[in-house]
Amino acid sequence: MRPILLSGHERALTQVKYNSDGDIIFSVSKDHVVCAWFSHNGERLGTYHGHQGALWTVDVDPTSTLLATGGADNTMRLWEVKTGKLLKTWDFETSIKRVEFSSDGRQLLGVTEKRSGHLGTIVVYEINPDPEAEQTSEQSLRIVCDESKATVAGFSYMAIYIIAGHGDGSVSQYDAKTGELLYNTPVHEPDMQITDLQWAPDRTYFITSSKDKSAKICATDSLEVLKTYQTDTPLNSAAITPVKDYVILGGGQAAMDVTTTSARQGKFEARFYHKIFMEEIGRVRGHFGPLNYVAVHPKGTGYCSGGEDGYVRVHHFDKPYFDFMYEVEREQANL
Amino acid sequence: MAPSYENLPIDDDEFDESQIDFTDIEEQYQVRLDEGLDAFVVVDGLPVVPEDSKAKLVKFLLRKLNSVGKVKDDGVFMPLNDEGKTEGYAFVEYSAPTEAVQAVKQLHATPLDKRHTMAVNKLTDIDRYGKEGRIDEEYYPPEIEPFQQKEHLRSWLGDPEARDQMVFFRGDKVGVMWNEKEDPPEPAVDRDNWTESFVQWSPQGTFLTSMHAQGVQLWGGKAWSRQKRFAHPGVNLVDFSPNEKYVTTWSHKPLQVDENHPVPSLSLEDDGKNYVIWDIATGKPLRSFTTIDVPSTTDAEGNPVKKKMQWPTFKWSSDDKYVARMTQGQSISVYELPRMNLLDKTSIKIEGVMDFEWAPALPRRDGIKTYEQLFCYWTPELGSNPAKVGLMSIPSKEIVRTRNLFNVSDAKLHWQSDAAYVCVKVDRHSKSKKSMATNLEIFRVREKGVPVEVVDSIKDTVINFAWEPKGNRFVLITTGEIPAAGVAVPPKTSVSFFCPEKAKGNVVGNFRHIHTYDKKNSNAIYWSPKGRFVVVAALQSQQSFDLDFYDLSYEKPKDDAEKDKDLTANLQLMNTAEHYGVTDIEWDPTGRYVATVASAFRHHMENGYHMYDFRGNLLREEHIDRFKQLIWRPRPPTLLSKEEQAEIRKNLRNYSRLFDEQDLAKKNTANRQVVEQRRRLLEEWIAWRKNMIEMLEDEGAEIELNGGVIKMEHDGEVEEVEEIVEEIIEETEEVIS
Repeated sequence: MRPILLSGHERALTQVKYNSDGDIIFSVSKDHVVCAWFSHNGERLGTYHGHQGALWTVDVDPTSTLLATGGADNTMRLWEVKTGKLLKTWDFETSIKRVEFSSDGRQLLGVTEKRSGHLGTIVVYEINPDPEAEQTSEQSLRIVCDESKATVAGFSYMAIYIIAGHGDGSVSQYDAKTGELLYNTPVHEPDMQITDLQWAPDRTYFITSSKDKSAKICATDSLEVLKTYQTDTPLNSAAITPVKDYVILGGGQAAMDVTTTSARQGKFEARFYHKIFMEEIGRVRGHFGPLNYVAVHPKGTGYCSGGEDGYVRVHHFDKPYFDFMYEVEREQANL
Repeated sequence: MAPSYENLPIDDDEFDESQIDFTDIEEQYQVRLDEGLDAFVVVDGLPVVPEDSKAKLVKFLLRKLNSVGKVKDDGVFMPLNDEGKTEGYAFVEYSAPTEAVQAVKQLHATPLDKRHTMAVNKLTDIDRYGKEGRIDEEYYPPEIEPFQQKEHLRSWLGDPEARDQMVFFRGDKVGVMWNEKEDPPEPAVDRDNWTESFVQWSPQGTFLTSMHAQGVQLWGGKAWSRQKRFAHPGVNLVDFSPNEKYVTTWSHKPLQVDENHPVPSLSLEDDGKNYVIWDIATGKPLRSFTTIDVPSTTDAEGNPVKKKMQWPTFKWSSDDKYVARMTQGQSISVYELPRMNLLDKTSIKIEGVMDFEWAPALPRRDGIKTYEQLFCYWTPELGSNPAKVGLMSIPSKEIVRTRNLFNVSDAKLHWQSDAAYVCVKVDRHSKSKKSMATNLEIFRVREKGVPVEVVDSIKDTVINFAWEPKGNRFVLITTGEIPAAGVAVPPKTSVSFFCPEKAKGNVVGNFRHIHTYDKKNSNAIYWSPKGRFVVVAALQSQQSFDLDFYDLSYEKPKDDAEKDKDLTANLQLMNTAEHYGVTDIEWDPTGRYVATVASAFRHHMENGYHMYDFRGNLLREEHIDRFKQLIWRPRPPTLLSKEEQAEIRKNLRNYSRLFDEQDLAKKNTANRQVVEQRRRLLEEWIAWRKNMIEMLEDEGAEIELNGGVIKMEHDGEVEEVEEIVEEIIEETEEVIS
């Protein structure tokens, strides 16, 4: 199906997210505005105004009641999805690079940037799922990353662990109750930043993408690298598709180098790999800048990508996407 | 127990340092201090004279010594012995150490008179070598190392599947790979930082050459061990003789060889030189040369024309017996190997000579008893003399043929690979010098009297020309206008094919035009090394990256055969391909595969290579970061006789059936392996997932098992949403009067 082009942002997209029903897409960009869209037709549902700087991250709770955002104005904010009302603002010393709710929506974590004498941290707040209730300003947990700053982080299944990806290419596992560092393993090439970390639906494994041009699937409890997807371009994002065993990788030449090459060179394509066999099965073109984020519909019926070019492209998968099977998969299915 | 600080032996304190004999280490690591004596020389072998004649002798000596530098005032000290006579030697101080070096270089062993020969040595050298005990008085014969079996240097030819090897240079890694057609190449060896600038094969594939700041190294054998190394600091380029006996190295910067910059195997004589010619078998230098500066010329507007250096500068005859260098506009110097002496002690004067090329094979000329090497040269118009193309036989220096040409602005010499023809591509200008045309003057070297055939039907400028290897057909590319530098879109080109007419008897007919393909972008011609097939490509272009695969002996269907039946070619464009950013094209030595390369040496866009078969079917493409070079390993000439080769060709059908079966079997195993591997991966994954789900169930992770959706109490209550969609299909306005 023809992709839907969401052209409501004036600057580069930084993150796009589906809600748990998959009917709404939230997008944040460097233009300070959060947008909500209907995923089936691309109509804009509304915007959330208030941030004073570029936005880096957005997440919606599992009931689509609360929305969390974070950005370069050193604030993390909580909004009511339905009304657009600003419920809470948490202030920090540095910008917020990543926010994420736990799977039950009762905890929210934020990753702060390392800058000018401030170490990167991961902070956790208890969240009251009632939009009318007063939200706490007290951090339930604060993890300081003194080795290498965290760039991305998220809660594991049942919020047992916090998994974080670092600027030096390593992945850490923290105890989500105590904040104790349990493991730290180099997953990607040394000093190649981990750019994204997205969960499988049941959060028992996750995919990381890195500037080292590869994406990897790791097990949540052992941090063992299960799968590796090698590409020829620095990656900004990676997502796992439900229903079909694929992963979608997005990236492209770094934005600052783009002007020196043609669009053909930039490799601004969403790449589909088979999750289990680690083979590339397809590419989707369209963006004319690097892809900053790819998100998959929770029901696996489509995906959307946010690009440096300022557009969100929403794709709905066609029948051949679902029909495609490797011979051995077909064997397995017929058992 | 591992030694630690606590349990070190205590009796160490009693150790007396003065007891140790360090002399061997001191000797080994002796530092040569700058003693301030570098400007001194010792002159030996002088006549012994009484004191009153000493002044006369000094005066006589000074005349000699001052010819290379300035001897300091009172710089000659000639000691007297008890009898009041000189000792036959003198100490001399020059004003600078460099002059002392020159004195040693130039004055050593100069005869003074019949009985006396002057010996000049540096004082520091006398000190170093002349001290007692430094050099053993007794003679010991040099020890001859026991013979060691070397590796077989051509083992790769014995591959049971007759695969070819190629070298990959990407990033900092150099690897030699076996070609596996559509499958990933199988590495034979892969090393980091094997070379510093580029790699190169020797002409018969025996050695892989790596380039380093200190010199050149040759590698080979099954273990890829170092075979030879040639120390040439700052070396830029390297060139082999056709039979791999000799190698030429060149550095842009003149060599610096002196006491403070010693270079193994090079001597003081090589100081200031740019070229060194080496014997590969011994690894020793044969002779070194300096670069000859090409006289700078100016173009029509008076701007200096930047001359490209010709490489190789030293050109080898096909049998490795001669190497020649041209002094542009004056002469050609031919050196004989292995002594590297100038042939007949003199350069061959050819006034105005612009270029020359050796015959690439021994020219078997009709009516000649002993075949000799041949080179072709050309000279431009000089005054009222016309431009000339000549063929000279070496070593007799006999001019076999010359031909006068008029209105010549440039000429290029193209030998056919068997030295049966040499084609001189002559760019001619009209009288007004406004329009250009190209003539092809084809010398039939093998025929009696070397007849010349002229192909002058070409109106446009020929930008490229190439003979069919081992054949007698050729391809050329023409363009209406000369491509000017800096123009974004190069003009369209035409590709023309020529072949000889069919002729009776065992002779080759006249060359005739077969066909021209117009409106191309092509600018490069790559013949299969076995002939018949040719790739015509557009290289180094911004817009087009076409590769055209032609067959010149395609078997036409019978009814079509009437046309062109008097030609010795049947031309067909087999396939067209495109490789974005292609910079190099490499045929494998057997003519089965073509590799096209987008090299990081030229640009950084989609570096990598494509592999085609000779018909132009894409077998494989691979993008590799910072991919720089792919070069096929050349093969030495076949050892099979003509008859044996013909026999094989006759039975090709039987062989190919066998090969097809082998290929199929290999593919099936490979496919089976892939399927097996996938099945294994899938099973592993399913097992792991099952494990994880069990774990989640044990933990009671409801939300996760529900795919991240929280079950609400009101789930199951269905809310009906009615959406009314109105679509305006048409709007019309009517004016009702």
